[in-house]
Amino acid sequence: MADVHRIKVTVNGTPYEATVESRRLLADFLRQDLGLVGTHLGCEHGVCGACTVIMNGRTVRSCLLFAVQADGAEIMTVEGLARDSQFHPLQEAFWEKQGLQCGFCTPGMLLRAYEFLQENPNPTEDEIREAIAGNLCRCTGYQFIIEAIQEAAVRMAGGAPAR
Amino acid sequence: MKPAPFTYFAPHSLDEAVSLLGRYGSDAKPLAGGQSLVPLMNFRLAKPRYLVDLNRIPELAYIRREDGTLAVGAMTRQFEAERSDLVRAAVPLLVEALKLVGHPTIRHRGTVGGSIAHADPAAELPAAAVALGAELVIRSGRGTRTVPAENFFVGPFTTGLAPDELLTEIRIPVTQPGTGYAFLELSRRHGDFAIVGVAALVRLATDGTVERASVVLCGAGPTPVRARQAEAALQGAAPTEDRFREAGELAAREAQPTSDIHASAEYRRRVAAVLVRRALLAATERARERR
Repeated sequence: MADVHRIKVTVNGTPYEATVESRRLLADFLRQDLGLVGTHLGCEHGVCGACTVIMNGRTVRSCLLFAVQADGAEIMTVEGLARDSQFHPLQEAFWEKQGLQCGFCTPGMLLRAYEFLQENPNPTEDEIREAIAGNLCRCTGYQFIIEAIQEAAVRMAGGAPAR
Repeated sequence: MKPAPFTYFAPHSLDEAVSLLGRYGSDAKPLAGGQSLVPLMNFRLAKPRYLVDLNRIPELAYIRREDGTLAVGAMTRQFEAERSDLVRAAVPLLVEALKLVGHPTIRHRGTVGGSIAHADPAAELPAAAVALGAELVIRSGRGTRTVPAENFFVGPFTTGLAPDELLTEIRIPVTQPGTGYAFLELSRRHGDFAIVGVAALVRLATDGTVERASVVLCGAGPTPVRARQAEAALQGAAPTEDRFREAGELAAREAQPTSDIHASAEYRRRVAAVLVRRALLAATERARERR
Protein backbone atom coordinates (compact mmCIF):
# COMPACT_ATOMS: atom_id res chain seq x y z
CA MET A 1 0.00 0.00 0.00
CA ALA A 2 1.30 3.40 -0.93
CA ASP A 3 2.28 5.63 1.96
CA VAL A 4 0.08 8.71 1.57
CA HIS A 5 -0.26 11.95 3.49
CA ARG A 6 -2.72 14.80 3.60
CA ILE A 7 -1.04 18.19 3.08
CA LYS A 8 -2.00 21.86 2.96
CA VAL A 9 0.09 24.31 1.00
CA THR A 10 -0.35 27.84 -0.27
CA VAL A 11 0.93 28.37 -3.78
CA ASN A 12 1.04 31.89 -5.21
CA GLY A 13 -1.47 32.94 -2.59
CA THR A 14 -3.96 30.15 -3.29
CA PRO A 15 -4.49 27.54 -0.57
CA TYR A 16 -4.55 23.90 -1.65
CA GLU A 17 -5.28 20.65 0.17
CA ALA A 18 -4.15 17.41 -1.37
CA THR A 19 -3.30 13.81 -0.68
CA VAL A 20 0.20 12.90 -1.81
CA GLU A 21 2.28 9.78 -1.84
CA SER A 22 5.34 10.30 0.35
CA ARG A 23 7.71 9.88 -2.59
CA ARG A 24 5.96 12.59 -4.63
CA LEU A 25 8.54 15.28 -5.40
CA LEU A 26 7.41 18.85 -4.80
CA ALA A 27 8.17 19.65 -8.45
CA ASP A 28 5.88 16.85 -9.66
CA PHE A 29 3.22 17.88 -7.19
CA LEU A 30 3.24 21.43 -8.56
CA ARG A 31 3.26 20.32 -12.18
CA GLN A 32 1.07 17.25 -12.20
CA ASP A 33 -1.25 17.63 -9.23
CA LEU A 34 -1.72 21.41 -9.34
CA GLY A 35 -1.17 21.86 -13.09
CA LEU A 36 1.40 24.60 -12.52
CA VAL A 37 3.71 23.58 -15.32
CA GLY A 38 5.75 26.77 -15.23
CA THR A 39 8.13 24.99 -12.87
CA HIS A 40 10.47 22.98 -15.11
CA LEU A 41 12.25 19.77 -14.24
CA GLY A 42 15.65 19.36 -15.84
CA CYS A 43 18.14 17.09 -14.14
CA GLU A 44 16.05 15.86 -11.20
CA HIS A 45 19.10 15.75 -8.99
CA GLY A 46 19.64 19.30 -7.87
CA VAL A 47 22.23 20.42 -10.38
CA CYS A 48 20.45 22.44 -13.05
CA GLY A 49 18.26 24.80 -11.04
CA ALA A 50 15.34 24.73 -13.53
CA CYS A 51 12.91 23.57 -10.81
CA THR A 52 13.79 26.41 -8.41
CA VAL A 53 10.78 27.73 -6.48
CA ILE A 54 10.51 29.98 -3.43
CA MET A 55 9.40 28.24 -0.26
CA ASN A 56 8.77 30.31 2.87
CA GLY A 57 10.73 33.17 1.35
CA ARG A 58 13.82 31.27 0.16
CA THR A 59 14.68 29.61 -3.13
CA VAL A 60 14.77 25.82 -3.00
CA ARG A 61 15.17 23.01 -5.51
CA SER A 62 11.69 21.53 -5.84
CA CYS A 63 13.18 18.26 -7.19
CA LEU A 64 14.98 17.75 -3.86
CA LEU A 65 11.95 18.14 -1.65
CA PHE A 66 9.05 15.80 -1.15
CA ALA A 67 5.65 17.43 -1.38
CA VAL A 68 4.84 16.08 2.08
CA GLN A 69 7.72 18.17 3.44
CA ALA A 70 6.02 21.31 2.13
CA ASP A 71 2.97 20.74 4.35
CA GLY A 72 2.11 24.14 5.83
CA ALA A 73 4.47 26.04 3.54
CA GLU A 74 3.97 29.09 1.36
CA ILE A 75 5.30 28.54 -2.11
CA MET A 76 5.83 30.90 -5.00
CA THR A 77 6.34 29.60 -8.51
CA VAL A 78 7.06 31.48 -11.70
CA GLU A 79 3.31 31.77 -12.20
CA GLY A 80 3.24 34.03 -9.15
CA LEU A 81 5.56 36.68 -10.61
CA ALA A 82 3.14 38.47 -12.93
CA ARG A 83 0.19 40.41 -11.50
CA ASP A 84 -3.00 40.01 -13.49
CA SER A 85 -1.68 40.39 -17.01
CA GLN A 86 1.16 42.69 -15.94
CA PHE A 87 4.66 41.24 -16.21
CA HIS A 88 7.03 41.63 -13.29
CA PRO A 89 9.91 44.00 -14.21
CA LEU A 90 12.21 40.94 -14.29
CA GLN A 91 10.00 39.26 -16.88
CA GLU A 92 9.87 42.45 -18.94
CA ALA A 93 13.63 42.76 -18.81
CA PHE A 94 14.17 39.09 -19.79
CA TRP A 95 11.81 39.62 -22.70
CA GLU A 96 13.33 42.84 -23.93
CA LYS A 97 16.98 41.85 -23.40
CA GLN A 98 16.42 38.37 -24.84
CA GLY A 99 17.42 36.78 -21.57
CA LEU A 100 16.22 33.43 -22.88
CA GLN A 101 16.24 31.28 -25.96
CA CYS A 102 14.54 27.94 -25.41
CA GLY A 103 13.09 29.10 -22.10
CA PHE A 104 13.71 25.92 -20.17
CA CYS A 105 15.91 27.49 -17.50
CA THR A 106 13.87 30.70 -17.37
CA PRO A 107 11.48 29.94 -14.47
CA GLY A 108 14.41 29.05 -12.20
CA MET A 109 16.48 31.98 -13.42
CA LEU A 110 13.61 34.41 -12.78
CA LEU A 111 12.94 33.18 -9.26
CA ARG A 112 16.60 33.11 -8.28
CA ALA A 113 17.05 36.61 -9.74
CA TYR A 114 13.90 37.76 -7.91
CA GLU A 115 15.31 36.58 -4.60
CA PHE A 116 18.79 37.91 -5.35
CA LEU A 117 17.62 41.42 -6.29
CA GLN A 118 15.70 41.65 -3.02
CA GLU A 119 18.96 41.01 -1.14
CA ASN A 120 21.15 43.04 -3.46
CA PRO A 121 19.14 45.63 -5.44
CA ASN A 122 22.20 47.12 -7.15
CA PRO A 123 24.52 44.21 -8.01
CA THR A 124 27.71 44.13 -10.04
CA GLU A 125 28.03 41.81 -13.02
CA ASP A 126 30.27 39.48 -11.00
CA GLU A 127 27.73 39.32 -8.20
CA ILE A 128 25.02 38.41 -10.69
CA ARG A 129 27.20 35.69 -12.22
CA GLU A 130 27.81 34.18 -8.81
CA ALA A 131 24.15 34.52 -7.85
CA ILE A 132 22.94 32.49 -10.83
CA ALA A 133 25.84 30.01 -10.81
CA GLY A 134 23.43 27.34 -9.58
CA ASN A 135 21.12 27.75 -12.58
CA LEU A 136 22.28 26.21 -15.83
CA CYS A 137 21.43 27.67 -19.24
CA ARG A 138 22.56 25.74 -22.29
CA CYS A 139 21.49 28.33 -24.90
CA THR A 140 22.40 31.90 -24.10
CA GLY A 141 25.94 31.83 -22.79
CA TYR A 142 24.44 33.76 -19.83
CA GLN A 143 25.42 37.21 -21.11
CA PHE A 144 21.90 38.27 -22.06
CA ILE A 145 20.54 36.84 -18.83
CA ILE A 146 22.99 38.95 -16.86
CA GLU A 147 22.05 42.02 -18.88
CA ALA A 148 18.39 41.30 -18.27
CA ILE A 149 18.95 41.09 -14.51
CA GLN A 150 20.91 44.35 -14.59
CA GLU A 151 18.07 45.97 -16.53
CA ALA A 152 15.52 44.62 -14.08
CA ALA A 153 17.51 46.05 -11.17
CA VAL A 154 17.37 49.48 -12.78
CA ARG A 155 13.64 49.20 -13.42
CA MET A 156 12.88 47.97 -9.94
CA ALA A 157 14.92 50.80 -8.40
CA GLY A 158 13.04 53.27 -10.60
CA GLY A 159 9.77 52.99 -8.75
CA ALA A 160 8.34 49.76 -10.11
CA PRO A 161 5.91 48.39 -7.52
CA ALA A 162 7.88 46.60 -4.82
CA ARG A 163 6.57 43.15 -4.07
CA MET B 1 13.99 9.67 -12.26
CA LYS B 2 11.75 9.19 -9.28
CA PRO B 3 12.42 7.69 -5.85
CA ALA B 4 11.32 4.19 -4.95
CA PRO B 5 8.40 4.02 -2.50
CA PHE B 6 9.11 4.54 1.18
CA THR B 7 7.27 5.18 4.41
CA TYR B 8 7.69 8.72 5.68
CA PHE B 9 7.93 9.87 9.28
CA ALA B 10 8.18 13.47 10.44
CA PRO B 11 8.95 13.26 14.16
CA HIS B 12 8.71 16.46 16.19
CA SER B 13 11.31 15.55 18.80
CA LEU B 14 14.80 14.12 18.87
CA ASP B 15 13.67 11.29 21.15
CA GLU B 16 11.03 10.27 18.64
CA ALA B 17 13.53 10.40 15.75
CA VAL B 18 16.06 8.31 17.63
CA SER B 19 13.43 5.78 18.56
CA LEU B 20 12.37 5.44 14.90
CA LEU B 21 15.97 4.92 13.82
CA GLY B 22 16.36 2.35 16.59
CA ARG B 23 13.25 0.53 15.44
CA TYR B 24 14.06 0.40 11.73
CA GLY B 25 17.87 0.31 11.79
CA SER B 26 19.51 0.03 8.41
CA ASP B 27 16.12 0.04 6.63
CA ALA B 28 15.76 3.69 7.67
CA LYS B 29 17.56 6.86 6.62
CA PRO B 30 17.44 10.20 8.42
CA LEU B 31 16.57 13.05 6.03
CA ALA B 32 18.30 16.34 6.82
CA GLY B 33 18.44 19.01 4.11
CA GLY B 34 18.08 16.38 1.40
CA GLN B 35 20.54 18.01 -0.97
CA SER B 36 22.60 14.80 -1.19
CA LEU B 37 20.21 12.06 -0.08
CA VAL B 38 17.30 13.02 -2.35
CA PRO B 39 19.46 13.00 -5.53
CA LEU B 40 20.61 9.51 -4.52
CA MET B 41 16.99 8.49 -4.00
CA ASN B 42 15.95 10.02 -7.34
CA PHE B 43 18.66 7.93 -9.00
CA ARG B 44 17.54 4.96 -6.89
CA LEU B 45 21.07 4.56 -5.65
CA ALA B 46 19.48 4.91 -2.21
CA LYS B 47 16.22 3.09 -1.54
CA PRO B 48 15.46 3.47 2.16
CA ARG B 49 12.25 1.75 3.20
CA TYR B 50 11.71 4.29 5.95
CA LEU B 51 12.57 7.95 5.80
CA VAL B 52 12.86 9.85 9.08
CA ASP B 53 12.56 13.55 8.25
CA LEU B 54 14.44 15.68 10.78
CA ASN B 55 13.14 18.97 9.43
CA ARG B 56 10.36 19.32 12.00
CA ILE B 57 12.60 18.97 15.04
CA PRO B 58 13.32 22.52 16.22
CA GLU B 59 15.61 21.34 19.01
CA LEU B 60 18.20 20.27 16.43
CA ALA B 61 18.62 23.74 14.86
CA TYR B 62 20.59 26.23 16.96
CA ILE B 63 23.88 28.06 17.23
CA ARG B 64 25.18 28.64 20.76
CA ARG B 65 28.38 29.96 22.24
CA GLU B 66 29.31 28.00 25.36
CA ASP B 67 32.49 29.54 26.79
CA GLY B 68 35.28 28.37 24.52
CA THR B 69 33.05 26.26 22.31
CA LEU B 70 30.67 27.00 19.48
CA ALA B 71 27.82 24.47 19.53
CA VAL B 72 25.98 24.06 16.25
CA GLY B 73 22.84 21.92 16.09
CA ALA B 74 23.11 19.38 13.30
CA MET B 75 19.96 20.65 11.53
CA THR B 76 21.19 24.24 11.37
CA ARG B 77 20.89 25.33 7.75
CA GLN B 78 24.20 26.06 6.10
CA PHE B 79 22.72 29.38 5.06
CA GLU B 80 21.89 30.32 8.68
CA ALA B 81 25.36 29.40 9.91
CA GLU B 82 26.99 31.31 7.07
CA ARG B 83 25.13 34.48 8.03
CA SER B 84 25.41 34.08 11.80
CA ASP B 85 27.34 36.79 13.64
CA LEU B 86 27.99 34.27 16.39
CA VAL B 87 29.70 31.88 13.96
CA ARG B 88 31.63 34.67 12.25
CA ALA B 89 33.02 35.91 15.57
CA ALA B 90 33.78 32.47 17.02
CA VAL B 91 34.88 30.31 14.08
CA PRO B 92 35.42 32.44 10.97
CA LEU B 93 36.96 29.51 9.04
CA LEU B 94 33.55 27.84 9.08
CA VAL B 95 31.95 30.85 7.36
CA GLU B 96 34.61 30.77 4.67
CA ALA B 97 34.03 27.04 4.10
CA LEU B 98 30.23 27.42 4.09
CA LYS B 99 30.34 30.00 1.31
CA LEU B 100 31.90 27.33 -0.90
CA VAL B 101 29.21 24.70 -0.25
CA GLY B 102 27.06 24.40 -3.37
CA HIS B 103 25.01 27.47 -4.21
CA PRO B 104 22.83 29.73 -2.03
CA THR B 105 19.72 27.78 -3.06
CA ILE B 106 21.38 24.54 -1.92
CA ARG B 107 22.51 26.12 1.36
CA HIS B 108 18.97 27.28 2.13
CA ARG B 109 18.07 23.62 2.69
CA GLY B 110 21.44 21.94 3.27
CA THR B 111 22.44 21.51 6.90
CA VAL B 112 25.77 21.61 8.71
CA GLY B 113 25.26 18.16 10.23
CA GLY B 114 23.93 16.65 7.02
CA SER B 115 27.03 17.57 5.07
CA ILE B 116 29.30 16.13 7.75
CA ALA B 117 27.31 12.90 8.14
CA HIS B 118 27.16 12.45 4.35
CA ALA B 119 30.99 12.45 4.32
CA ASP B 120 31.59 13.27 0.69
CA PRO B 121 35.39 13.28 0.46
CA ALA B 122 35.30 16.41 -1.73
CA ALA B 123 32.99 18.34 0.61
CA GLU B 124 34.18 21.39 2.50
CA LEU B 125 32.55 20.97 5.91
CA PRO B 126 34.14 17.62 6.84
CA ALA B 127 37.61 19.06 6.14
CA ALA B 128 36.79 22.22 8.08
CA ALA B 129 35.50 20.15 11.03
CA VAL B 130 38.72 18.11 11.14
CA ALA B 131 40.96 21.18 10.80
CA LEU B 132 39.10 22.96 13.58
CA GLY B 133 39.31 20.00 15.96
CA ALA B 134 35.52 19.75 16.15
CA GLU B 135 33.78 17.12 18.24
CA LEU B 136 30.64 15.42 17.02
CA VAL B 137 27.83 14.55 19.41
CA ILE B 138 26.00 11.37 18.47
CA ARG B 139 22.72 10.12 19.90
CA SER B 140 20.96 6.81 19.76
CA GLY B 141 18.56 4.84 21.92
CA ARG B 142 21.68 3.43 23.56
CA GLY B 143 22.87 6.83 24.76
CA THR B 144 25.07 9.75 23.76
CA ARG B 145 28.69 9.65 22.67
CA THR B 146 31.15 12.24 21.43
CA VAL B 147 33.67 11.57 18.68
CA PRO B 148 36.47 13.83 17.43
CA ALA B 149 35.78 14.76 13.79
CA GLU B 150 39.26 13.43 13.09
CA ASN B 151 38.11 9.86 13.93
CA PHE B 152 34.63 10.12 12.42
CA PHE B 153 35.36 9.71 8.72
CA VAL B 154 36.04 6.12 7.65
CA GLY B 155 35.96 6.29 3.85
CA PRO B 156 34.07 7.91 0.99
CA PHE B 157 30.48 8.51 2.20
CA THR B 158 31.24 6.31 5.19
CA THR B 159 31.44 7.36 8.83
CA GLY B 160 31.48 5.76 12.24
CA LEU B 161 27.72 6.32 12.60
CA ALA B 162 25.76 3.13 13.27
CA PRO B 163 22.37 2.84 11.52
CA ASP B 164 20.50 3.72 14.70
CA GLU B 165 22.69 6.73 15.49
CA LEU B 166 22.11 10.38 14.71
CA LEU B 167 24.62 13.22 14.57
CA THR B 168 23.01 15.90 16.74
CA GLU B 169 25.63 18.57 17.41
CA ILE B 170 28.95 19.86 16.15
CA ARG B 171 31.15 21.33 18.90
CA ILE B 172 33.92 23.57 17.63
CA PRO B 173 36.64 25.18 19.74
CA VAL B 174 36.47 28.96 19.37
CA THR B 175 39.35 30.24 17.24
CA GLN B 176 41.65 32.21 19.55
CA PRO B 177 43.24 35.61 18.94
CA GLY B 178 46.60 35.10 17.26
CA THR B 179 45.23 32.26 15.16
CA GLY B 180 44.52 32.89 11.50
CA TYR B 181 42.49 30.79 9.12
CA ALA B 182 41.82 30.24 5.42
CA PHE B 183 39.72 27.89 3.33
CA LEU B 184 40.72 27.76 -0.33
CA GLU B 185 39.59 25.46 -3.10
CA LEU B 186 39.75 24.94 -6.82
CA SER B 187 36.53 23.99 -8.58
CA ARG B 188 35.36 24.06 -12.17
CA ARG B 189 32.58 26.54 -11.48
CA HIS B 190 31.62 28.53 -8.44
CA GLY B 191 29.60 26.19 -6.24
CA ASP B 192 30.88 22.91 -7.62
CA PHE B 193 32.52 20.36 -5.39
CA ALA B 194 36.20 21.03 -4.88
CA ILE B 195 38.70 19.37 -7.19
CA VAL B 196 40.95 20.03 -4.21
CA GLY B 197 40.36 22.22 -1.18
CA VAL B 198 42.33 23.07 1.94
CA ALA B 199 41.39 24.24 5.40
CA ALA B 200 44.30 25.87 7.22
CA LEU B 201 44.79 27.38 10.65
CA VAL B 202 48.00 29.08 11.75
CA ARG B 203 48.73 30.07 15.34
CA LEU B 204 51.64 32.47 15.74
CA ALA B 205 53.81 32.57 18.86
CA THR B 206 54.71 35.93 20.42
CA ASP B 207 58.09 35.80 18.67
CA GLY B 208 56.32 35.59 15.32
CA THR B 209 57.11 31.94 14.56
CA VAL B 210 54.48 29.32 13.87
CA GLU B 211 53.36 27.82 17.17
CA ARG B 212 50.93 25.42 15.54
CA ALA B 213 49.49 24.85 12.08
CA SER B 214 46.53 22.75 11.04
CA VAL B 215 46.31 21.69 7.38
CA VAL B 216 43.47 19.47 6.12
CA LEU B 217 42.68 18.70 2.49
CA CYS B 218 39.40 17.75 0.82
CA GLY B 219 39.12 16.13 -2.61
CA ALA B 220 42.49 14.59 -1.94
CA GLY B 221 41.68 11.16 -0.55
CA PRO B 222 38.88 8.89 0.68
CA THR B 223 38.29 11.13 3.71
CA PRO B 224 39.52 14.57 4.77
CA VAL B 225 43.32 14.24 4.82
CA ARG B 226 45.27 15.86 7.64
CA ALA B 227 48.75 16.74 6.36
CA ARG B 228 50.64 15.67 9.46
CA GLN B 229 54.15 15.98 8.04
CA ALA B 230 53.42 19.46 6.76
CA GLU B 231 52.03 20.42 10.16
CA ALA B 232 55.06 18.99 11.97
CA ALA B 233 57.47 20.78 9.64
CA LEU B 234 55.76 24.08 10.33
CA GLN B 235 55.93 23.85 14.10
CA GLY B 236 58.39 26.49 15.30
CA ALA B 237 59.16 27.57 11.73
CA ALA B 238 59.33 31.12 10.48
CA PRO B 239 56.12 31.90 8.55
CA THR B 240 57.83 32.53 5.23
CA GLU B 241 56.70 31.72 1.74
CA ASP B 242 59.58 29.26 1.31
CA ARG B 243 58.57 27.27 4.38
CA PHE B 244 54.98 27.30 3.24
CA ARG B 245 56.02 26.08 -0.20
CA GLU B 246 57.84 23.16 1.46
CA ALA B 247 54.77 22.48 3.57
CA GLY B 248 52.65 22.46 0.43
CA GLU B 249 54.95 19.91 -1.18
CA LEU B 250 54.82 17.72 1.93
CA ALA B 251 51.03 17.96 2.01
CA ALA B 252 50.83 17.04 -1.67
CA ARG B 253 52.82 13.87 -0.93
CA GLU B 254 50.55 13.04 2.00
CA ALA B 255 47.45 13.42 -0.16
CA GLN B 256 45.94 10.25 -1.60
CA PRO B 257 43.99 11.63 -4.55
CA THR B 258 42.43 9.53 -7.27
CA SER B 259 41.85 10.36 -10.93
CA ASP B 260 38.34 11.00 -12.21
CA ILE B 261 36.70 12.93 -15.02
CA HIS B 262 37.37 16.23 -13.24
CA ALA B 263 41.10 15.90 -12.70
CA SER B 264 43.97 13.41 -12.60
CA ALA B 265 45.54 12.40 -9.31
CA GLU B 266 48.77 14.09 -10.34
CA TYR B 267 47.01 17.35 -11.10
CA ARG B 268 45.25 17.21 -7.73
CA ARG B 269 48.61 16.84 -5.98
CA ARG B 270 50.00 19.86 -7.77
CA VAL B 271 46.94 21.92 -6.96
CA ALA B 272 47.13 20.79 -3.33
CA ALA B 273 50.73 22.03 -3.06
CA VAL B 274 49.79 25.46 -4.39
CA LEU B 275 46.60 25.80 -2.33
CA VAL B 276 48.35 24.80 0.90
CA ARG B 277 51.03 27.44 0.35
CA ARG B 278 48.44 30.12 -0.40
CA ALA B 279 46.19 29.12 2.49
CA LEU B 280 49.09 29.22 4.95
CA LEU B 281 50.08 32.68 3.72
CA ALA B 282 46.52 33.95 4.04
CA ALA B 283 46.08 32.37 7.47
CA THR B 284 49.34 33.91 8.68
CA GLU B 285 48.27 37.35 7.57
CA ARG B 286 45.02 36.95 9.45
CA ALA B 287 46.83 35.63 12.53
CA ARG B 288 48.79 38.90 12.61
CA GLU B 289 45.59 40.93 12.21
CA ARG B 290 43.84 38.94 14.93
CA ARG B 291 46.42 39.45 17.69
